Amino acid sequence: MRSVLFGAAAAVAIPGIALAFPWLKIPLILSLCYGLAALGIVVLLKAGQISFGHGMYACISGYAVAFVSKRFPEMDGVFQIALGTLASVFAGMLIGAFVVRYRDIFFGMLNLAISMVLFTVLGKFYEYTGGTDGVRINRPALLGFDLSRDPYEIALLALVLALSLIATFGVQRYFRSSAGQALAAIKTNETRLEYLGVNAKKVLWKGYVLSASLCGLSGALFGLSQGLVTPELGYWLRSGEFVFIAILGGAGHAAGAFVGALLYEFLKMYAAALVSGSWQLILGAILIVIIYFLPKGLSGLFGKRKDDEGGAV
Amino acid sequence: MSSDILILALLDGVSYAGLLFLVALGLTFIFGVVRILNVAHGSLYAFGGYGAASLGLWLGQDSDSAMESVALLLGGAIAMGIVLGTVLMLLLKKFQDRDPILQLLVTFGAFMIFEDLQRMIFGTQPYFVADIVNQMGTSELIGVVYMNYQLLFVPSAALAVYFLLRWFLNSTLAGRQIVAVTHDREVATALGINAKRIAYLTFVVGAVLGSLGGALASPTTALVPGIGADMIVLSFAVVASAGLGQITGALITALLIGLSRSFCVYLAPEFEVVMPYLIMVLVLLVRPQGLFTVVQARKI
Repeated sequence: MRSVLFGAAAAVAIPGIALAFPWLKIPLILSLCYGLAALGIVVLLKAGQISFGHGMYACISGYAVAFVSKRFPEMDGVFQIALGTLASVFAGMLIGAFVVRYRDIFFGMLNLAISMVLFTVLGKFYEYTGGTDGVRINRPALLGFDLSRDPYEIALLALVLALSLIATFGVQRYFRSSAGQALAAIKTNETRLEYLGVNAKKVLWKGYVLSASLCGLSGALFGLSQGLVTPELGYWLRSGEFVFIAILGGAGHAAGAFVGALLYEFLKMYAAALVSGSWQLILGAILIVIIYFLPKGLSGLFGKRKDDEGGAV
Repeated sequence: MSSDILILALLDGVSYAGLLFLVALGLTFIFGVVRILNVAHGSLYAFGGYGAASLGLWLGQDSDSAMESVALLLGGAIAMGIVLGTVLMLLLKKFQDRDPILQLLVTFGAFMIFEDLQRMIFGTQPYFVADIVNQMGTSELIGVVYMNYQLLFVPSAALAVYFLLRWFLNSTLAGRQIVAVTHDREVATALGINAKRIAYLTFVVGAVLGSLGGALASPTTALVPGIGADMIVLSFAVVASAGLGQITGALITALLIGLSRSFCVYLAPEFEVVMPYLIMVLVLLVRPQGLFTVVQARKI
């Protein structure tokens, strides 16, 4: 009940803010996109695994959208998003089949290495990918409406918000399902999980595909809102940002990712405005302070007192 | 393909492997203490480079003795390594009982801070101090003129570090204590080893190795913001492919990655940057524990 209230409040507050302060539209869209990607990381954190390579799924999906929109300029934006996400899902299924055999550092490193291969390949093959300049994405029609820039951004914000809310509730449901509980058990005691007759690799694979699809969704929306995809989206520092946001928000609840993303985007904006050129320093310091005082992230602040979630990082 | 290119690629690869080995070795040492990969290791590399270059600019401008340049290079690297290593160690100590993922993120935060500090202190203009390269001169090898610095100094420095460390770890008390503490801290403490002091020593040795790599790279590469970020991933690749804690393995893997990369530069430049990661992916797919790790029994 409480979570429905929070969701409704967000659904009212965010468009309200965007209408009152039109210049906040793009930062809001971007932070929700970051939130979706961080939500994907939260799923993996539940299993105690960390990936410094999930930027690649955002990247794959962004490029898929770019190629589709170049090939079929008439296609609706919603279909483009769906196709982009689908590309990430397939990539996640394939790569996931290999990486779920690894844990901890090796899991993280393998993801990192694969994402760096993708990053460099995208940067090198100029004829197809436009090199480091990336590919432009033209503004598509959304749900059949050809919109000019301003209404397009509003529509996109509404779309991102709706998808974020659905994703939050979906992931929260998943965490409570038996598959989600088994995922959390990979962190607490994988051996015991295997003794119970549960195939831990399969459980992790499902979680991995879910997290890849969330990052892919984020990448497709990211590409459409920026009108551009570059290999930078798949660089490991970008993947690190996703992890940063997931920790900032806290992995206890799916909504934490979005709280973290909003805070991150606005901190970055203000830090860049206040002390130009050293926003990284401020963000780094904030990250360390948050980890020290709030190891469960911001969502740990107003979470439940009882510690029944298990697996909260 | 002419033999000139072959030799050039070989020499480039060996010199590059030397740097890679030093940085990766530092990473392995730090891993031995804190049990996490230190993301801020790239900053140690960058600061080592900047430290050595600054010291060279400050003190070594009007001398032409190579010995003095070498001393300045080493001095800058060691000073930077000790200072930054101590800062990092103290920071990580505050988090030592936390979830390893959080500790990893702490080093990520430290990396972000160092990255901007480096920009604030040294600016964004490229640094380039190549006196030492000129002082050491060049030599000719089967028709190819090559810089002595890269041909002799960097590889021999890496080899010297390798043999010195092996001797240190196998034959001295402090070295053996390092091995013991890295292997099992609890048992080592029970045996009466001052684990705190040894852990600090190990950490600082790792940090100095990282910044030494940067210092040795500084005369032949331009120091610009962002060099740290690329080096972290490369040294991760070496450490992960070799297996954690493997010193000889790191040397061989660094050679493998260094050589394959430099051959790519000359033969298939598109694949130059991809090569280290491809090797790492292939190695991990075939041997999940890394090339040189002996498989251990699983603790339940």
